[in-house]
Formats: sequence, C-alpha cells, structure tokens
Amino acid sequence: MIITDFGYCLAPSNAVKVDKTTDWRFEKLCALESDVLKCIGCGSCTAVCSAGHFSQMNLRQCILSLSRGQWEKSVRSLSRCMLCGKCLMVCPRGINTRHLILSICRIYCPGEGGSNA
Amino acid sequence: MRERLLSGFDPFVLPFMIGMCFVLLYCLVAFVRLMGQLSRKERRRFFRSLFIPKNIARNVRDIFCDCLLHVKLWKRNPRLGYMHSSIAFGWFMIILLGHIETFLFVPHRAGLFYYPIFFRYFMVMEGTELKGSLLFFLMDFFLAVILSGIALAVYKRIHRAFFGMRRTTRLSLIDLIGLYSLWAIFPLRWIAEGFTANVAGGSFMTIPINWLLRSFMSNPENITAAWWAYSIALGTFMCVLPYSRYMHIPAEMILIPMRNAGLKVRAARRGFALVQIKSCPGCGVCIDACPMGLAGKKNSMDASAYLARQIRRNNQKNYRDIADKCLMCGKCKAVCQVQFDSISVRRLIREAVPYKLAHDYSYLSSYVESGAVSAENPVEVLYYAGCMSAQTPVIPRSVQRLLDTANISYKLMDPDGSICCGRPLILAGRSSQARELIRSNTRIIHSSGCKILIVSCPICYRMFREEYKLKGVQVLHYTEYFDMLIKEGRLAVRQGEERIAYHDPCELGRGCGIYNAPRRALSAAGSLVPVPKEKVESICCGGSLGSLTLSYQERSRIAVGSLKNLTANGPDLVVTACPLCLKTLADASDSTPVKDFAQVLCEHT
Repeated sequence: MIITDFGYCLAPSNAVKVDKTTDWRFEKLCALESDVLKCIGCGSCTAVCSAGHFSQMNLRQCILSLSRGQWEKSVRSLSRCMLCGKCLMVCPRGINTRHLILSICRIYCPGEGGSNA
Repeated sequence: MRERLLSGFDPFVLPFMIGMCFVLLYCLVAFVRLMGQLSRKERRRFFRSLFIPKNIARNVRDIFCDCLLHVKLWKRNPRLGYMHSSIAFGWFMIILLGHIETFLFVPHRAGLFYYPIFFRYFMVMEGTELKGSLLFFLMDFFLAVILSGIALAVYKRIHRAFFGMRRTTRLSLIDLIGLYSLWAIFPLRWIAEGFTANVAGGSFMTIPINWLLRSFMSNPENITAAWWAYSIALGTFMCVLPYSRYMHIPAEMILIPMRNAGLKVRAARRGFALVQIKSCPGCGVCIDACPMGLAGKKNSMDASAYLARQIRRNNQKNYRDIADKCLMCGKCKAVCQVQFDSISVRRLIREAVPYKLAHDYSYLSSYVESGAVSAENPVEVLYYAGCMSAQTPVIPRSVQRLLDTANISYKLMDPDGSICCGRPLILAGRSSQARELIRSNTRIIHSSGCKILIVSCPICYRMFREEYKLKGVQVLHYTEYFDMLIKEGRLAVRQGEERIAYHDPCELGRGCGIYNAPRRALSAAGSLVPVPKEKVESICCGGSLGSLTLSYQERSRIAVGSLKNLTANGPDLVVTACPLCLKTLADASDSTPVKDFAQVLCEHT
C-alpha cells in the first residue's frame, strides 16, 4: 500500500511509556525510602533549598524524573545537596527528604548506563 | 582451723575451674586482639597512662565508684543503686575475704583458684578463734547483702516501677541463662555453706540453716551434692559470661583506664568502641531515657543497649537500622553508667555506608570569592542565622531588632541564603563533604573581619565550636550573647507576668552544656516554671536532623510527648532557643503557645 506523503504526519507521543521505563533502581529506592511515592510535586523543597540558591539543585524535578525512569540528567543535580534539612521542614507531605536524597545517592550513579540498564 | 581434706581437692571444683579458665583465656585473647586494634599512638598513650600516679588514683576511684558501688545508679534511684551495688560490691568482698582467709589459714593453698571460693568445704574449725569468727561474720554479712540484692532483682522482673523504671532491657536467651545462673549462685552458696557450718564453722546466716535442717544436712551425701550444685552454677555463669551482657564485668576494668587515658572512639566496632560495647551492662537506663520510646513501643528497641547488643552479635542490618534511626540527642550518653559514646559509634556506622553519587560543591568557591560579606566597614559582630532560622523568620527578625535596640553595629553573614554549617552532613556520616563547607564558611567569616560571631541555631553553634578553627573570633549562641548584654545593662528587659517553661535544645544543652544563660535571660522577662525533665534530662523535640530514617508520624509522637513534659506544670508559654525545636513544638502544640527566646525578649524590650 502506498502512503501518500501529505507533508505532515502524526507526532510521536510525548507520554512516558511506563512499561519501558520501569527501572529496578526506582523499585530499590521505594524499598529503601517509600516516601518517594508520597510526593505531590508542590516544589516547596526546591523553593527553600539552600543549595538551589547557588546551583541547579532541584529535588522536585528529580523525584519526577526518577518516577519516570529518566534519571540520568536530574540525579546529578543532587550532588550539590548540603543535607541542611530545610526541605524536611517545609514538605507538606512529611516526606523524609534527607533520607530520600541519601537513598538516591546510594542507588543511582550517573554514567552507569541508561534507564533500563 | 585446719584442712579437712589433705589432698585439698574434690572433683566438684571442676565445673568452676573449667568456667574460670575459660573466662581467663577468653579475656587474655580478647585483650591481645584489642591491643592490636589500637593505633600505635593510642597504645602508647594507654600504657603510659597506667604509670601516671594521678591516673592510677583516678582509675582506682572510678573502678570502685562505678563498677562496685554504682554511685551513678544510686543517684538515679537508690533502690536500683542498692540492687546493683549489693551484688557487685558484696561479691567482690566475698572473693576478697575468701582470699584473706586462705592467706591467713592455709597460705600454701593460696595459688589454687578454687580454694578461696570453696574455703569452707576444705576446712575444719577447731575451738573458737576471734580472727576466724570475725571473717566468718563478714562473709555471712556480705552473703546476706547479696541475697537481699538478688531478692530485689527478682522483684524487679515483676515490678519495675518500684525501681523507677518504665522499661528494662528485653533479655536474649544467653543473657537469661547468665541471669538465672547468677541468681542461683548465692542461694546455693548459702545452702552449701550451711551443710558444712557444723564442721567448718559459720556465722549468723549459715549456722541457723544448719540447725533448722539438721536431719537433712547431717547426711554427708547431701553435702557434696550441694557443693556440686554451687560449683555448677558458678561454672555455667562463667561459661556464658563472654557471650552475654555479663562481659561488662571484665570489660569495664579495661574501659576505665582507657577512658582516663583520654582515648576517643575512632572506629565503630574496633578498639575503644569495642570495649565500650562490651562494657554495656544492659541496665536499661538508656531505654527509659531515649525519646524514641515516645514514638511507640517498638521504637524503644532502638536504644543504645540494643545497639550494643546488635554490634556484639555482628548483625549488620540491625545495627545499621538502629544507627540510622537515632535522633542523636545524646541523652543515652548523658545517663549511661559506663559512658558508652553511642553517638560517635552511630556516626561511624553511618560513615561506613557507601554512596555512588559523589558530591559536587564547586559552586561554593565562586560564591565565597564574590564576597559574601563585604569587607568594607568591618564591624565587631557578625550574625549567622543559618538554614533553619531562614524557615522561622521570626528568629532572625527578633535577633536583629534586639541588636538594634542594644545599639550594636553588626553585619549579617547570610542575608539571602547561607552555606550550611556542615553539621547535618556530619550527622549523616559524610564528614569529608562537611570539610568543604567548613572551609568556605571559615573564609567568609575571616574575610568579614568580625570579632564575635552570633549564631541563633544550636546545631550550627555546636558545629562552629567543635569543628571550626576560628582564630580570633568568639562564637556565641544568641542566648549567651543577650544574657551578657542584659547583665552588662546594655539591653533592658521588662519583667512580665508570663509563666515560662524553657525547653533545652539537645545540641545547646547536652551538646554544648549551656543551660543557665537562657534561663537567666528569660527570668528577666517572666517567671520560669520548673519542667519535670529538664537540663541534662530534657526530652528531644523529635525534629532533630540526627535521625535519618525516622518517619514524620514517629517524629510527631515524640514532639507530643516532649511537649507534655514541658507543659506538665501549666506554663503560659513554652520557650525554646532553636529554630528546629520551635517549628516542631509549635506544630505539636494545640493550646500552649510556643515562642523563641529572642521573640520573648523582643516582646519585653
């Protein structure tokens, strides 16, 4: 069958395919600190972040990308964290952010392969 | 007095001798291994301290007061103190008197381990001797003291509250074997000596027993059975000793000289830390003291006594869990009978956790170089609010207003965004990262040209005092500084009507020993209400950054419990001097308002 080129086509979906991105690292993270699932992405942590004042550290974005299995870029920003605990004080969900960050640092290693490694 | 058996031996001594030789051998091997674990410097320091007269006197005093008399427990609760010291001191005296008897009457047997212990089996009393009677009286007296202690110990298992304890250590199987054999030793000794009291002599404890049960006791076959039972109880106790909490008996003998030599905990499970872990008697004082008990019954298993047990068992998962959960409030260390530095041990356990993601603080240098605090117009006072105070703006605002009122010219170190002091990293076991923050902050402080650094967060304050080397800069907590200003008359505070309960933040109180400065200053603004558990005994608010894994719900329960203690005497106001405590307690409080120290002073100027 010949498909006529009309000069335009359907754009590939932007949605994340969860089946493909399910990552053993994220499962391990949930086991270590299940609070990660509680995040509502309000961004309070990022707004008050001491390190975020000086650098690109962004916990909200990082949690979002981790849950999507696209951690490569965002996880690196956590290396700036000073663990000061301001985020712990403001989180409306009572997430243990400091332990979450430490757990991410224990599991994820940038440059250790792609999302589905 | 002469020997009854010429051979000076009976097979019943064997269980005791096996146990005794095993313990001695174990201790010898453990001591050699321990010395191998110390660094050369520490070893030299330890051995040298053993020959310094001042240290020798201190060691003897500490061994006598701590191990035998349990002075600290007496101070905590006299009944608990009596229970422990009667057994420890009484047993020590019985062993000592047994040796004196042997030396006096049969000096040629002095080399035998078992002779002083089973003295009355081997001896026959001829006529009455004053010397012998006095020793027998003392022996029976101390036996009575021990038996009263054991009766109390049995009662403690049923009714802890009588001894001022809410919870005690849950014992493991091997501890239970040790406990029951220890309980059995002394009644068995009483009976065994009662059997021979008509032959070998006795005093007010053993002779009446012999009279009362004459028909049973005059049968010689029963005599050996009783002595066998006594020896077996001793042997069992000695055989389980190295694997149970009773290892604290020999370990404390090493711990005290090491502590007085000034050794510090450097590794979590080796060297000095190992001696401390083995010295933990599991007395359970830390379990009641631990604020974790307020979070739930299960959480009381996170106290130091259980940490020591899990390390002894080499159960890595369990001791890591316990170490990560701790609030690091330091109360267990403050109340500990053997001064087990569990906080350092926990920190070192946290340090052993591997992290894949390396830190990157390269952004700090550009911030420092950009001139965080302008070097122009240097002033004497620099105020560092810290990360936590940024979340409780009432604190920096009040501090600044008070400084303005007192006409102090000052500069802010972190008007918009600070570099963390580094203590949260140290508490999380990442001290090498903290060094970078320390370097950056030190440069900022020195470049400002200040002479006094005021800190409003006790966490930062402790860090600046302990880890920073700020030459020429005096670090003061704002409670100290304002107390000084009030004393010098530079800050006038109006006396109010409010009844204030003051909460000691852990890092300020137990961490830095500052209890009186905030109280003095607050009593100028209101009347202080006593709190049931204050100063060293104060209960952590639960918000501490020390804990890594404690959940929000558990923290909230601790905060409620801590607040209950603070409001026990019905104050109008709860005041604290830490942003984290302020936030945590204010969240937990429904009726009593919670305010900051500076805020209260500000309202009264």
